[in-house]
Amino acid sequence: MKSFLMLGIVAISISLSLPVSASPLLDGYAQAAKAELSSFDGFSAERGRVLFNSTHTTGKVATPSCTSCHTADPKKVGHTRAGKEIAPMAFSISASRYNDLKKAEKWFGRNCGSVLGRKCTAIEKGDFITFMKTQ
Amino acid sequence: MFQYRSYILAVTILIASTSFAQADERYRPIKDETVKKECGACHLAFQPQMLPKRSWEKIMAGMSDHFGEDASLDETTTQHIKTYLMDNAADGGWWNGKFLRGVKDDMTPLRITEMPYWVREHNEEVPNKAWNDPKVKSKANCMACHARAERGNYDDD
Repeated sequence: MKSFLMLGIVAISISLSLPVSASPLLDGYAQAAKAELSSFDGFSAERGRVLFNSTHTTGKVATPSCTSCHTADPKKVGHTRAGKEIAPMAFSISASRYNDLKKAEKWFGRNCGSVLGRKCTAIEKGDFITFMKTQ
Repeated sequence: MFQYRSYILAVTILIASTSFAQADERYRPIKDETVKKECGACHLAFQPQMLPKRSWEKIMAGMSDHFGEDASLDETTTQHIKTYLMDNAADGGWWNGKFLRGVKDDMTPLRITEMPYWVREHNEEVPNKAWNDPKVKSKANCMACHARAERGNYDDD
């Protein structure tokens, strides 16, 4: 019964994440998310949007939000504190951002530390990417 | 007539010498793709001739807190970049680059903007209000004024 339930959850999460688009990056984060939270039932663009737009107080003072550098519009060019342009995060413009796990991990590693003062969970990373895919 | 000629000559020499003085802010462009990509992701990839070896060594040892940013890289990439920067540092050749002027042997400056040469060059020419321009944002943003900085050309001032 229990394994049947698990199978159901897995099936639902696959069916929920598939329509957004299958990506090797998201598939990997989905597996990690299931390990993090047994009741994980798929990534949410809405949770990703909230994560992206919120002002956090646990990270560095200069970067309380993703939007501090990326701007509130993922389709726009952002700027680092040193004035360098950051290509838009939106999938519709910068799809190639989301092909390389090593690159994604490097930036989540750095920027979750700066903005949140901690590592991001796999669920947060997946939510973030899922939100960007809607942009 | 003679006086007129020597006047022309003097003016020519003056013009030539001033333009030489302005045209010597050139640095070897970075050739290494990893250095260009990784350093250039957050800021202009500064030409390594602007700091001594010991400075690059210290900077690359502290990438997890890089002027307040977590800029950590994997070990292989860190070593690769460090080697390039040290090989091409201000004291990487058989002569010392001009960026070492006024830097004592026991000093390990971490910011190019604190190098005596940088400070002198900018104090003479850049008014305070230029630094406060919102387009400048940071003294690390060389490109705001030096449009060809990526190619090692800082003449345009």
